[in-house]
Amino acid sequence: MTKSGRRTGLGARLGGAAAAASLAFALATTTASAQQPPIKIGLLEDVSGDIALMGKPKLNGSLLAAEEINNAGGIMGRKIELIHLDPQMDNARYQEFARRLLQRDKVDVLIGGITSASREAIRPIVNRTDVPYFYTNQYEGGVCDASTISIGAVPEQQFSTLIPWMTETFGKRVYTIAADYNFGQLSAEWTRDLMKKQGGQVIGEEFIPLGVSQFGQTIQNIQKANPDWIMALNVGASQDSFFEQAAAAKLAYPMGSSIKIMLGFEHKRFPPPALAKMHATANWFEEIDTPAANDFKKRWRAKFPNEAYINDMGYNAYTALYMYKMLVEKAKSTKKADLRKVIATGEACIEAPEGRICIDPKSQHTSHHMRLIGVNPDHSVRVIKDFGLIKPYWLGEIGCDLTKSDPKTQYTPTNLPKK
Amino acid sequence: MFAEAFSIAFQFADVFAFLILAAAGLAIIFGMMGIINMAHGEFITCGIYVTVICVQHGVPLPLAQAIGALAAGLVGILLERTIIRHLYHRPLDSILATWGISLMVTQGMLLVLGSSWQGIGTPLGSFKVGDYTFSTYRLALFGAAIGVLLALYLIFMRTGYGVMARATMQNADMARALGVRTQRMYAISFGMGAALAGLCGALYAPTMTLIPTMGITFIIESFVTVVVGGANVLLGTAPAGVLLAVVRTALNAWYGQIAGQIGLLITVIIVIRLLPEGVSGWLSRRER
Repeated sequence: MTKSGRRTGLGARLGGAAAAASLAFALATTTASAQQPPIKIGLLEDVSGDIALMGKPKLNGSLLAAEEINNAGGIMGRKIELIHLDPQMDNARYQEFARRLLQRDKVDVLIGGITSASREAIRPIVNRTDVPYFYTNQYEGGVCDASTISIGAVPEQQFSTLIPWMTETFGKRVYTIAADYNFGQLSAEWTRDLMKKQGGQVIGEEFIPLGVSQFGQTIQNIQKANPDWIMALNVGASQDSFFEQAAAAKLAYPMGSSIKIMLGFEHKRFPPPALAKMHATANWFEEIDTPAANDFKKRWRAKFPNEAYINDMGYNAYTALYMYKMLVEKAKSTKKADLRKVIATGEACIEAPEGRICIDPKSQHTSHHMRLIGVNPDHSVRVIKDFGLIKPYWLGEIGCDLTKSDPKTQYTPTNLPKK
Repeated sequence: MFAEAFSIAFQFADVFAFLILAAAGLAIIFGMMGIINMAHGEFITCGIYVTVICVQHGVPLPLAQAIGALAAGLVGILLERTIIRHLYHRPLDSILATWGISLMVTQGMLLVLGSSWQGIGTPLGSFKVGDYTFSTYRLALFGAAIGVLLALYLIFMRTGYGVMARATMQNADMARALGVRTQRMYAISFGMGAALAGLCGALYAPTMTLIPTMGITFIIESFVTVVVGGANVLLGTAPAGVLLAVVRTALNAWYGQIAGQIGLLITVIIVIRLLPEGVSGWLSRRER
């Protein structure tokens, strides 16, 4: 009697989709021993500082997934315990907190990091331990490291789809503005490389220090160069002021990006039409309209009704926990070596809200269902092209094979492995 | 050719306006009163958020901006009466206290107001010169910067308050002996500094991303300008703004924003090495 009462209570709270989950929860509490120690998950996400507005949905995504998994009985009967620390976009703090989670809290897995700078800051620290690390952001790609499992989209999924379409639609001359750190520099390199293959050219490139908020000169440089379109790789709330200032100066070039809209929801933060003509390729954006995605959004909104936008990072953070659950359950272990054996089979897949996605054995990156989206003048979002499932093939093609060797390196189009 | 020249002048005006508006309030609080105000950015943020809230409630933008500046000024006076006035002879403690206030305000705002708001959009449209288009509002910002400098000149040189305030800052005991209510001078001056910071925020509010930490983006420019300018608001801030704007505009145009920022900081190092009292110290020594 009490059991069924609990079931309805939970079901009502989580919505119809979780009815099965609450049933599993009821079973779990009776069968699996409650004394089993929880699986400790270390979480490093920036919920204050210049990128807090993107980091907050990331934390929420992890919280939602952890709640769902725990209500459904945990992972192999063990509850999940999230230990979240806020490094505030400070790389020194990232290193300090990573050490603390790994050494003092002895977490079973480390998840998080937003900027590529923070990922590169903690990767060597993770590599000195035997703990797997999930990086849940889309990024500039190329990390070939057995400890790192990458959940977000990479350039062959984002740029190899976006750049040919932009070049065909708008023209062959592009101007790149990019944040001046490894993400921006390497993404600009990808842009150069792909533009060359398209027979186009990068006619101007500008790297902007993080935190810069005034773009008068940049706007004028772009007008002087008069490109066919702009590649926007500016990062952080300060640099996003570019869009408002460009719109005020009537800069009306088409724009493309691998991070705008689905990540920083600029189309929700700036009044229209500042982001009109923006194009991006994404595995997730809130406007995605499929039954699985709508169900996921409903559960998210039930738990976090005030979320400004369910962004790509938050979505990836959510799927990362399910990916980890699947790996642990298939491996029947939380050890990195055992998890990697599952990945090596090529069967490390989950049914995510975007569709079925898998971890690639060679690169330990994730396949994604990619869509090209465009922003309308009223800031609504339309799907222009559906690319279907795209595997993270680039690292495998250039010779990274983590099933054979572990170089622990980040490769780029101009820094390829020695054959 | 004319378009190129205009574009260079426009960029200079834009950088100059940013430096002057960011620094004007700090020039009074730090330059004149000697309080190293680490919460300067939060006065700016106060101006921004009050302006945005007013606009969202249908108040016309110029009025909203005036309210934003006024609100920051009132907060400044309140802060001076409760905390700052105990710290006039303890500069190091004032750094710690204002920094603490700054941290509490930004984190508090993040918790209460959330991480981001929708912007209010830049008014006044754009105009075209040659192949370039410019935002008209940026010219209004330049006008506002000139207006602030003129107003400061008139207030400190042409009003009774100005004379008494300057006397208080130079020698508070003597001023008090002559019947100046120095406590009130401090409070008004601090409030005015805070209001100018709020005005800066109010003016830039339509052009930027709205997040609780956005005041920080003004901090480097404001301290750099005040340090280069020196203790005298009137003699220092304007020439410092011109000098730094020339350096930054030139480097921005030739080598990009990174060079502009590096150049700004190198200029400060050179200036405080050669002119420890800033531009105004050097100018007033030449006068003697």
